[in-house]
Amino acid sequence: MIQDSGMARHSFQRLLGLIPTLLMLITVAFFLIRVAPGGPFDAEKTLPPEIEANLNAKYHLDEPLLQQYFRYLGQVAVLDFGPSFQYKDWTVNELIAQAYPVSLTVGLAAMILAFFLGTLLGIAAALRQNTPVDYSLMGFAMLGISIPNFVIAPILILLLAVYAGWLPAGGWDWSIASMVLPVVTLALPVTAYIARLTRGSMIEVLHSNFIRTARAKGLPESVVIRRHALRPALLPVISFLGPATAGMISGSVVIERIFSIPGLGSYFVQGALNRDYTLVMGVVIFYGVLIIVLNFLVDLIYAWLNPKVRYDEKH
Amino acid sequence: MTKSTDNPVFDPFEEALGVRDVKGRSPWEDAWHRLLKNRAAVYSAFIMALMILLVVFGPMLISWESDFTDWDYTSSPPSLESGHWFGTDAVGRDILVRTLEGGRISLLVGLVATIVSLLIGVSYGATAGYFGGRADRMMMRVVDIIYALPFMFFVILLMVVFGRHIVLIFVAIGAVNWLDMARIVRGQTLSLKNTEFVEAARASGVGDWAIIRRHIIPNLLGVVIVYVTLTIPQIILLESFLSFLGLGVQEPMSSWGALVANGAQDMESSPWTLIVPAAFLTVTLYCFNYIGDGLRDALDPKDRL
Repeated sequence: MIQDSGMARHSFQRLLGLIPTLLMLITVAFFLIRVAPGGPFDAEKTLPPEIEANLNAKYHLDEPLLQQYFRYLGQVAVLDFGPSFQYKDWTVNELIAQAYPVSLTVGLAAMILAFFLGTLLGIAAALRQNTPVDYSLMGFAMLGISIPNFVIAPILILLLAVYAGWLPAGGWDWSIASMVLPVVTLALPVTAYIARLTRGSMIEVLHSNFIRTARAKGLPESVVIRRHALRPALLPVISFLGPATAGMISGSVVIERIFSIPGLGSYFVQGALNRDYTLVMGVVIFYGVLIIVLNFLVDLIYAWLNPKVRYDEKH
Repeated sequence: MTKSTDNPVFDPFEEALGVRDVKGRSPWEDAWHRLLKNRAAVYSAFIMALMILLVVFGPMLISWESDFTDWDYTSSPPSLESGHWFGTDAVGRDILVRTLEGGRISLLVGLVATIVSLLIGVSYGATAGYFGGRADRMMMRVVDIIYALPFMFFVILLMVVFGRHIVLIFVAIGAVNWLDMARIVRGQTLSLKNTEFVEAARASGVGDWAIIRRHIIPNLLGVVIVYVTLTIPQIILLESFLSFLGLGVQEPMSSWGALVANGAQDMESSPWTLIVPAAFLTVTLYCFNYIGDGLRDALDPKDRL
């Protein structure tokens, strides 16, 4: 339960602690992409020098780097990511606003699928520890971790779209059919990892004293698991959700490319290749903030679920 | 040192029972026996050894060159008659030779980048853990900050920014992958530095760096070995991921990721161009993961997650 003021204070401190992380993120990304050889207007044949000078002046690229950096920080502070260099009539804000619902839908659906399927399989394996069921489930889980999603995606496309013709091979029209393959591919490795994690912690919890007590009271096994074992067994899974999100975001770069989904990942890769500075920065910051905020939420959920974590003492 | 260490201690009971001839088992031997009992790990190690031999010596034994284009057999399916046992790609290059040579790059990247991340991670983590206090807090704060960054994006940026040179792939991947290592090593060091043998070393006037080098790092070996075996497949995966996006290894060199990407383009007409490199990559990752799991169970029987 969140009643203690220690918790609130801790949350506030953590929130303040996010600021240096964010600053670091922006700084590293900014200078990294600026030291890159080549500029955003290289692709447009050879521009007459005066036009190029005009373009550079328009986007403030002629100012000293440090000045550009502080100008950018000022813009980001008011959530303005500037105009895109590549997509001429668009601002980065508009591009992100257009792309993120797609990425979010795929990511969220994959995460929900991975969480429920993963924990279910993990619990099933733990309850039948060292039986053929356990071994085959864990064998599959290992396979899920080992097959990269850029391998599983073309194979699934080949089997289910090209040969069987049940699902579209790519594209995005907000229909369930166009979501199935990307979501499943994205969820697979995370599902496998969660299944292994759940199995391990479930086995450990089932051997603890309070479970023996619950069984000794004569509670039926299903109640023992649901009411007593589940919560502590899920703790490692909860703390894995932060890294899992980061992993899914990286995975989505490839998935969006394979299934030609117009999400943030596609924009990022395109932007990086075209030196679309503002777009790349916008996507990095957007995802960075997302990961940071999610990690923060995961910490709070963890503390809420785990009675051992209390923030009232000073460390 | 005192003299007593030079004289064997005489114990009449041991003498009478003849137990002094029994050789004690070191923890390492114990771990070795536990590892051998893990069948999945042993088979995986065997397959992996085979894979390494195949990748290193295979291309020499096959008569095709990896860049030879056999115009009589473009996109030809696997067959014994044509001599292309695993088929050819769209321009008639032998898939098997290309896959084996790609495997050299993939495994090399895995190994070298792991060593880079190992060196950074172990020295950073051991230093932070050993000195503790403010230094530790500062150093781990930095790790936390970097950890929260979407690092995949930084690797992509690095590749775009500094060109796609192979050495850079090693460094870029190694440089972003040391964080876990640093955290694990720091945790272990924290618990090690309060042990009696470290106290004893300090009391007898051994310097900090000598303690880190001679007492802390050797005792971290178990954890580090486990983690290295689990890092290699991660890095191979990361490299394939980059190559798949066209940001990693460039033609005429190839890696499993690049081959999978090529194969995925032609898979409707010639699925073997996808399946062969994909199978090699998956088997390798599978084996490494099982070996890592086995080592973890063997070296650290308490923590079986």
